[in-house]
Amino acid sequence: MADSRLIRIENLTKRFGDLVVLNDISLHVDYGENFVVFGQSGTGKSVLLKCIIGLLKPEAGNIFIKDKNIIELKKKELNKIRKNIGFLFQGAALYDSMTVRENLEFTLKKNFNFTQKEIDEKVINALEHVSLEEAIDKMPSELSGGMKKRIGLARSIITEPELMLYDEPTTGLDPITSKEISELILTLQKRLNMTSIVVTHDLICANIIADRAIFLRDSKISYEGTIDELVQSDDYFLRNFFSKEIIKE
Amino acid sequence: MNLPQLKFNKRATASEIVFNFFASIGGLTIFVVEFFKQVFIPPYEIAEVKKHMDELGVKTFPIVSVTGLIIGLVLALQSWPVLARFGATDFLPAMVSLSVVRELGPVITALIFAGRVSSGIGAELGSMRVTEQIDAMEVSAINPFKYLVVTRVVATTMILPVLTVYVVFIAIIGGYIAVIIAESMSFTYYQNAVINAIEFGDFIPGIAKTFVFGFIVGIVGSFKGFTAEGGTEGVGRASTTAVVMASLLILIFDMILVKITMWLWPTLG
Ligand SMILES: Nc1ncnc2c1ncn2[C@@H]1O[C@H](COP(=O)(O)OP(=O)(O)OP(=O)(O)O)[C@@H](O)[C@H]1O
Ligand SMILES: [Mg+2]
Repeated sequence: MADSRLIRIENLTKRFGDLVVLNDISLHVDYGENFVVFGQSGTGKSVLLKCIIGLLKPEAGNIFIKDKNIIELKKKELNKIRKNIGFLFQGAALYDSMTVRENLEFTLKKNFNFTQKEIDEKVINALEHVSLEEAIDKMPSELSGGMKKRIGLARSIITEPELMLYDEPTTGLDPITSKEISELILTLQKRLNMTSIVVTHDLICANIIADRAIFLRDSKISYEGTIDELVQSDDYFLRNFFSKEIIKE
Repeated sequence: MNLPQLKFNKRATASEIVFNFFASIGGLTIFVVEFFKQVFIPPYEIAEVKKHMDELGVKTFPIVSVTGLIIGLVLALQSWPVLARFGATDFLPAMVSLSVVRELGPVITALIFAGRVSSGIGAELGSMRVTEQIDAMEVSAINPFKYLVVTRVVATTMILPVLTVYVVFIAIIGGYIAVIIAESMSFTYYQNAVINAIEFGDFIPGIAKTFVFGFIVGIVGSFKGFTAEGGTEGVGRASTTAVVMASLLILIFDMILVKITMWLWPTLG
């Protein structure tokens, strides 16, 4: 049923010089789904997200978002789609010349026509979601790593996009905050029917949010299924990835 | 915008250095074209331009003040004995003011400005590039070239002429200070001599070229920063190569513009 697909990726290949990062990958994400991407460090998870948002251009393949092939789109049309997508960078990428408040307001002021009162409400609201109301007038350089991550998250969800791309939303956070962020992703899914692609290593987070997951390995999707299926798999590699000890075969 | 890819190695071969040089020039040309494509399209980001102009003014005011004073002082002190030998010390005010207005003021101010500002822009945009802040704007459907580059280039282009006029003024004062060290000359005499020596026509080519120099400083700094890659090392490289490239281009364009003015107004040459 083609109508339920928000994202369709067909035969995507991405290289940097001789290094093949993604090799002939196909996947799809349905409306309202939380889709988790696992994979060891350096397997191309961030690259996959950047291809989806059009920051990196793949060498081959198609990426359809709502039946528009974003690889062929002009900048103007691509930007129209981007206004409905939120992106959390792995390193948060806060604008370091702006305060937290200005960081959050920036896109709202540039791309939408809200009144200042509405903007203020949205900013407070977004900060409450990540429990950082007190940081509103701080500069990014005054924040800890985990705080930056949470502000980055607040900044990307503030426009209430239809699709969120999270690059490791809980990495570097303590277990309690991690769970809160995971709950937040779940709440957004329920309340706004938001679709999410979440890159993570955090099994607790994945357990809370994932409807479906894939595992990237050797530039391919090596496994696909629910979290339970992946965790309970007898595959030697998956067992190693998800277990506390190193399993010797 | 598709810019040529530079090749960075710890030990670059001669051919790579030559390749990088031409790739840089090519990339800069693409950047300049992009600037003129975008500068006349709204939104104009006036607030951002104003903010950059304020910052640039505050940042460079002390150093250009000192520079202006020293240009005037040294020029007058050095010319004094030569002019005195021919009994022509009356010409000193004219000499100082003409050299400062026509050539020394614009070029030295531009070089100082390049050292302070193109490196600053290179470092600032470079660190935004390597920490993915520019990508973050891009994915929020905000045009980073417009918001970051165009505003900065407009600001440098508009502020350098103002700074130059100020430097010229300070340098002429510096010249007077040198004169009263050597001999008593009343300020009114000096002032009148200066005003009689400079015609309005002398100002035009001198100040006109500072718009070009200001543009060079802004666009080169932005180009190096915007295209920086390779972490903090890349930021450092963006900042230093920006100064070298901007200074060189200022000198080259000075030569070209002097030729052009002499051709357009032969009487001024
Ligand atoms: N701009 C780039 N230029 C060249 N190579 C790149 C670039 N970006 C990523 N790579 C390479 O692509 C591969 C995948 O990188 P990516 O950042 O997607 O890894 P990742 O799966 O997100 O890893 P991690 O979990 O550590 O974040 C790496 O080998 C990296 O060296
Ligand atoms: Mg990554």
